[in-house]
Amino acid sequence: MRELSLHILDIAENSISAGATRVEIKVKRDILKDELWISIKDNGKGMAEELTKMVTNPFVTTRTSRKVGLGIPMFKQAAESCKGYLTIHSQLSRGTEILAKFQNSHINRMPLGNISDTFLSLLLATPNVNWVFSYQVNDEIFIFDDAEVKEAMEPLHLTDYRVISYLTNTIQNGINEVNQAVKGEINANN
Amino acid sequence: MPTIRSIEELKNLRAEAQKVKEMRIQTGKIQVIVGMGTIGIASGARETLKAILNFIEEKQLADIILRQTGDLGFTGQDPVVKVIFPDEHEVVYGKVNPDQAQKIMQEHVIDGDVVQELLIRE
Repeated sequence: MRELSLHILDIAENSISAGATRVEIKVKRDILKDELWISIKDNGKGMAEELTKMVTNPFVTTRTSRKVGLGIPMFKQAAESCKGYLTIHSQLSRGTEILAKFQNSHINRMPLGNISDTFLSLLLATPNVNWVFSYQVNDEIFIFDDAEVKEAMEPLHLTDYRVISYLTNTIQNGINEVNQAVKGEINANN
Repeated sequence: MPTIRSIEELKNLRAEAQKVKEMRIQTGKIQVIVGMGTIGIASGARETLKAILNFIEEKQLADIILRQTGDLGFTGQDPVVKVIFPDEHEVVYGKVNPDQAQKIMQEHVIDGDVVQELLIRE
């Protein structure tokens, strides 16, 4: 993966596969503490303790089409190469939370990349999930919960051009506003 | 078409949408599905999906259902795009970059001609 936002998309796919109806994704950067936190929390079917321990190993996957699951191991490796770590908390039939921490300024830290495209891909193309996104830099925060929008747009579907246009503007503006507010401290896509 | 700027404006679309709902059920919709497994994402599936979203927005299409799913199971062919027509006829395209995704949308979804060079299963 070239961007952390692609890892986020990949990990969120696991939540969808686990039958989650609600997924919360948080990206938080604290420039002073030099930390970048990413969490993906779902209410999917969860994993038993044994599988939770094994899932960071590239030779474990629940999928039957291929034997090797690389998503979580790659994300873990990305965090660990930046003086960070990755933790998984999971409970059967309750859900899973994956939390990754990075040293924000670490030379190995790959760019966050296009976080709004990751949010939009999930939001627009998986209508059965309630998505909650938050993007924070220092004290500036953008939170988006799609529940209200989904109720308002009924019976238009999410990939109606008007809905695409509205949600693209909402997400991009929200993220840009956070980045603008802390301008000079960070590079928008980095 | 002015840009929608608030939830209220979005709600106003309801009445209009209700009117066409019946018609839509009768005519059926075309579904476009992008495979978003780990390898798909690493191969550019997000950009492919974004190109399709941009196409729908630019052409002001209201009746295309775009979905993403996990690995579609075509090893070595990512990013994979599947088109399902209202009569349930399915066509699968492989190694679809953003430009090619827009070509599939225009030539196949809109004009009805299969894009032969990207076809992996019909």
